[in-house]
Amino acid sequence: MPAQQQLLNVAKIRILDSFHMQSAYQSAKKVSLLLHLGWLGGVKWFRIRTFRRRLVAPAHLIEISDVSFAYDDRPVLTGINMVIPRGKVVAIMGVSGSGKTTLLRLIGAVLKPTRGELRVAGQSVHDLDQHGVYQLRRRMGMLFQFGALFTDLSVFDNVAFQMREHTDLPERMIRDLVMMKLHAVGLRGAHRLMPSELSGGMARRVALARAIALDPMLIMYDEPFTGLDPISLGVISNLIRRLNDALGATSIVVTHDVQEALELVDYVYYVSDGRIVAQGTPDEMRASTDPLVRQFVYGETDGPVPFQYPSRAFAEDLKIVH
Amino acid sequence: MFNRSAVLNVRSIGHHAVDAVWRLGYASRFFGLTIASSGTSFRRLRLLIRELYFTGVLSLIIILVSGLFVGMVLGLQGYHTLQTYGSESALGVLVALSLVRELGPVVSALLFASRAGSAMTAEIGLMKATEQLAAMEMMAVDPIARVVAPRFWAGVISMPLLSALFSAMGIFGGYLVGVVLIGVDEGSFWSQMNAAVDFRNDILNGVVKSFVFGVAVTWITLFEGYDAPPTAEGVSGATTRTVVTSSLAILGLDFLLTSFMFRGF
Repeated sequence: MPAQQQLLNVAKIRILDSFHMQSAYQSAKKVSLLLHLGWLGGVKWFRIRTFRRRLVAPAHLIEISDVSFAYDDRPVLTGINMVIPRGKVVAIMGVSGSGKTTLLRLIGAVLKPTRGELRVAGQSVHDLDQHGVYQLRRRMGMLFQFGALFTDLSVFDNVAFQMREHTDLPERMIRDLVMMKLHAVGLRGAHRLMPSELSGGMARRVALARAIALDPMLIMYDEPFTGLDPISLGVISNLIRRLNDALGATSIVVTHDVQEALELVDYVYYVSDGRIVAQGTPDEMRASTDPLVRQFVYGETDGPVPFQYPSRAFAEDLKIVH
Repeated sequence: MFNRSAVLNVRSIGHHAVDAVWRLGYASRFFGLTIASSGTSFRRLRLLIRELYFTGVLSLIIILVSGLFVGMVLGLQGYHTLQTYGSESALGVLVALSLVRELGPVVSALLFASRAGSAMTAEIGLMKATEQLAAMEMMAVDPIARVVAPRFWAGVISMPLLSALFSAMGIFGGYLVGVVLIGVDEGSFWSQMNAAVDFRNDILNGVVKSFVFGVAVTWITLFEGYDAPPTAEGVSGATTRTVVTSSLAILGLDFLLTSFMFRGF
């Protein structure tokens, strides 16, 4: 035992030293391989297998070709074509109700496309059964709009939730991993607090730590900037970029916070009325001459997206008779 | 005009009927799923114990106190009625039988529905409204197995225990009023009770009743929470519906069960 303990301590120190502090879980996996299922025997083999699979996967993490989606008869998305390359931070932007969140749900396999094909990590989401969907989701992290922390669990237990549900790691190791995740979002000192004691920005950061608990290959953010003060907003936006690069993950940010997103991301898809109407790098978006994009980027009140909700003629509503 | 409104009325009746059937089917599927994914609750007993604490232990106070008072009232009323026939010594029988057969299971189930049931509905409804259930689903954890099933079994297990405690407390209350306060003969109070209450016909039937109520109340409670629209009005409406529906279900089921169990009398 002492030899293994020593080995583990060395590994821990190396993890702490490394710049990639957040990918502690992967290092833990390597340690467990090293100890050849010693007291760490609980780490499940499939996680190591998925780790290997990750190395030989195709270049685009997500490929969406000609996907449509409708609730009953009401079309929400029509003919979406999109690729999300590995390692990039991609924004999906658009006005409220344009189908952005639906797109996120399709990628998370909460909904299945009514037409077209959606491949995540080379796997067609259409063919997956419940088990397959759950296997896929273990490799995804999602940050919900207001965090969606479990209100009956402490900050620590929230971050530890997936580790406890999906792995048999010993409690000591879970503690170390949770502390590293919380350290990465700057809230190691808050691990004892309950979600009700956190401010909005802190809750969002804890939720972020929870989303990256198992070092996902894909992190999805649903309106991560909504309702935050400028400081928290900067912190979150900084974290999105840093965690993406440190974990070697891919990120999708669904947002309508234009300025913040254009600073942050590598590529933008602009969705309107369930279609992709524009795409490009942030610089291309800023320079775009498309009136729809211009209205959105510069926040003009009237334009292709009208100020007035469709209605009868104004005079008619005021009962003015000519 | 008459025709049109008549058609609309008929249509709305049909709409309500279809809606009700659809909801019943959804609720049944939910029930089936809950039973099918109960494995986790028993493999990880800690989850179940936690819920047992919240639903069972925290309901103890209201159950015990109400039991005591119901028993005391039974003692008073029973004594007044029985003494006109000069049979005060049968007070123990009256108190025990009415509690064990009817009041114990029914009143404790009603209290359970309004104390633990409404809390469960509100909790699950809020978990849904704040996207906690969706988050769990995204983390590849089935919310029915992790959240719903442990609560269901906690309700089913604690309901018969609570109603037994209610009856015991009620009998004690009857004893306090009848024997200690009014002065009915203690020996005949207990011995007549002992002779008249049958284990299989009375006590076991009472346990069966409270088990059935436990299943019905927890099912309604959890379904209402799970199905609640994710808004403030949605959750409050679901909580109200839980109490109303489960109270009606308890009383209706009680009549059914009684008519099957005691038809020989």
